[in-house]
Amino acid sequence: MTILRTSMLAGALALAGGLAEAKSDIVVGLNLEPPHLDPTSAAAGAIDQVLYANVFEGLTRFRSDGAIAPALAESWEISDDGTVYTFTLRAGVTFHDGTEMTAEDVKFTLDRARAEDSKNAQKQLFAGIEVVEVLDPLRVRVRLGQPDGNFLFNMAWGDAVIVAPESIEGIKQHPVGTGPFAFDDWVQGDEITLSRNADYWGDPVRLEAATFKFISDPNAAFAAVMAEDVHAFPGFPAPENLPQFEADPRFQVLVGSTEGETILATNNGRAPFDQRKVRKAIAHAIDRQAIIDGAMFGLGTPIGTHFAPHHPDYVDLTDLSRHDPELSRQLLDEAGYPDGFTTTLKLPPPSYARRGGEILASQLRAVGIETEITNLEWAQWLEQVFRGKDYGLTIVSHTEPMDIGIYARPDYYFQYDNPEFQELMSALEAETDPAKRSEMLERAQRIIARDYVNGYLFQLATPTVADARIRGLWQDAPTQATDLTGVYWEE
Amino acid sequence: MLRYLLRRSVSLVISLWVASVVIFLALEVVPGDPAALMLGINAAPDTLEALRAELGLDRSAPARYLHWVGGMLQGDFGISYTYRTPVAQMIADRLWVSLPLALYALALSTLIAFPAGIWAASRRGSAVDLGVMGLTQLGVAIPNFWFAMLMVLVFAINLRLFSAGGFAGWDAGFWPAMKSLTLPAVALALPQASILTRVMRSSLLETLGEDFIRTARAKGLTRGQALRAHALRNALIPVLTILGLQFAFLLAGAIIIENVFFLPGLGQLVFKAISARDIIVVESVVMLLVFAVIVVNFAVDLAYSLVDPRLRGRR
Repeated sequence: MTILRTSMLAGALALAGGLAEAKSDIVVGLNLEPPHLDPTSAAAGAIDQVLYANVFEGLTRFRSDGAIAPALAESWEISDDGTVYTFTLRAGVTFHDGTEMTAEDVKFTLDRARAEDSKNAQKQLFAGIEVVEVLDPLRVRVRLGQPDGNFLFNMAWGDAVIVAPESIEGIKQHPVGTGPFAFDDWVQGDEITLSRNADYWGDPVRLEAATFKFISDPNAAFAAVMAEDVHAFPGFPAPENLPQFEADPRFQVLVGSTEGETILATNNGRAPFDQRKVRKAIAHAIDRQAIIDGAMFGLGTPIGTHFAPHHPDYVDLTDLSRHDPELSRQLLDEAGYPDGFTTTLKLPPPSYARRGGEILASQLRAVGIETEITNLEWAQWLEQVFRGKDYGLTIVSHTEPMDIGIYARPDYYFQYDNPEFQELMSALEAETDPAKRSEMLERAQRIIARDYVNGYLFQLATPTVADARIRGLWQDAPTQATDLTGVYWEE
Repeated sequence: MLRYLLRRSVSLVISLWVASVVIFLALEVVPGDPAALMLGINAAPDTLEALRAELGLDRSAPARYLHWVGGMLQGDFGISYTYRTPVAQMIADRLWVSLPLALYALALSTLIAFPAGIWAASRRGSAVDLGVMGLTQLGVAIPNFWFAMLMVLVFAINLRLFSAGGFAGWDAGFWPAMKSLTLPAVALALPQASILTRVMRSSLLETLGEDFIRTARAKGLTRGQALRAHALRNALIPVLTILGLQFAFLLAGAIIIENVFFLPGLGQLVFKAISARDIIVVESVVMLLVFAVIVVNFAVDLAYSLVDPRLRGRR
């Protein structure tokens, strides 16, 4: 009797288990559609958003906390002078077309990215490489011109994923990588589908299939999630609707940090912004929290320098530029502008810029600085502001990870020219000792904060709305990616 | 008739040529470099140059114009700057969504407008007429994207009868595909049907006031019989004109509705291509639309002569 009961119970459990079997596919909503599917030849974050870690992998990779972990390179040795990296690759890794991933592919990838006719949008990541040598099928040696403490970090970027010469021809339409998901189909303007790669070298993923749907309209995004047509929406475009999802038990809302330092970029090469006093006056005129609340519905962390607050080396310097309109007016007076001045404020399309720009304009007006607001499309912004440097002020989010080095480029669009900072950056590039690097990074943050190069507003936050039963999604976005390798449905 | 067709084809060619020049010049004036947009703010200058050369952007404007027009004459629309796929293929894919959607909306709007317009005209001044006119007023006044959002709220989020958007694809079968086009088609049809109803009604009323209708009534026909047998066909000319205009609008102008329902249609393609400065796609789609409008107008002209035999001789 007992035996019978037990077996019946087991049968019932098996049945129940069968019925409640977890879903194994996911539909992910994304705001932007990739222009094509080659992460190594475009700046579009939308490409990495679909393919990074899912379809393509590099020698190293970003983990969800931003740390660097081994990926296709199992291990590496760095020579004592820091210029020679010897990578040992994982054995038995194949591309989705069945060809083997070997040291030849690594050499091909790196040489292609740094070639003269390279279309890589982040060519500077590979600029330090002098030669790439294949030692044997699973070992590859990279020689750098000078030590580069960032090299392993650089190799984790989506622009540095390993591609194969056999499949490079059609990569823009049919990406072939080594990742746990293989590319299935792309209906342009609509969706991209991926399916599980049965031959994956690493831990098998729990999802069998993933669909990325592209929904650019915030209202449509809201409706698609509410109707449960879409199971997860990273970078949800309508922050004003988040409380509604938070109140609904069907959904979970994850608010994470990104690498996007949102700044009031200032044309340091143009009067009156060439005076530090004027820039300082602007910094003290800004009420960051009012902008975060008004433009971002409270999402975002105030920053006082060009550095991500979640980074271990971040220094909170917001107090250097605390909101103090009185001091701001006094500084303007000292700088020779007792009645303020008029300048341009050119705004690209994202809402942080458009909404933020209006609030900022009123804050600046309070201390006597009048701004003429011009709304620009990205194409116009790149042409006029970024390349033409024809602007006074602009608001933009710098989404590249660890990009404080742009302050060492005097021809960069905010035209900050400080030899001390430039020396510090070249010293940093050559430094491989972590403790010393931290110290240098902290110094760099202080220099630009004290020089008030730009108005530092806030770190862009990214909200993800998802079905409450989904686990393993990235909360923070250390790079633009929707890493599905750890995602599963709770049973 | 032959001479007429010949004249029409010559004017078609001239219209297309003028359109091609205007489109090309307009897009030349718009600032923005597609290569810079694709490579972003960290791109090295030589990378930009390499990409510009690959895309053919380093050539002079006249050379690019000739290349574009020459290609089109041979049926080659070129390769998209951003997507790097043949433009003809992209347009064909999108047409499989936009064309059925436009036809669906047009069919709905005709099916609503004809009976409603006739009904209202035949009972002029009655409660029915007032009711229909009131509704069409509302239909014209309500922005269709707002109506679309309302429908999503009711039918997709609350009742779960439809999905909130997206296109099932023709591979999924005829009915699933039509189902995913239903809410967008209704949203598009509402203002069109309202306009068409009003045109139908006023055109009918005007015809009903003509002498030949009075004669028909004097011969003993009822108002309804006179309307069906004599007035309806005569009242169709303005209705056809509006229908032709509406079709052209539906094909190209569904962009807002396409956005609300995230449909991969032609409007969405142009919109994205403009912001990405994918000029070759914009040029080709606009040319296609110009062509479509001209052809539709031509078809409407031919339809005139079908409904009104008197027009045949004048050509």
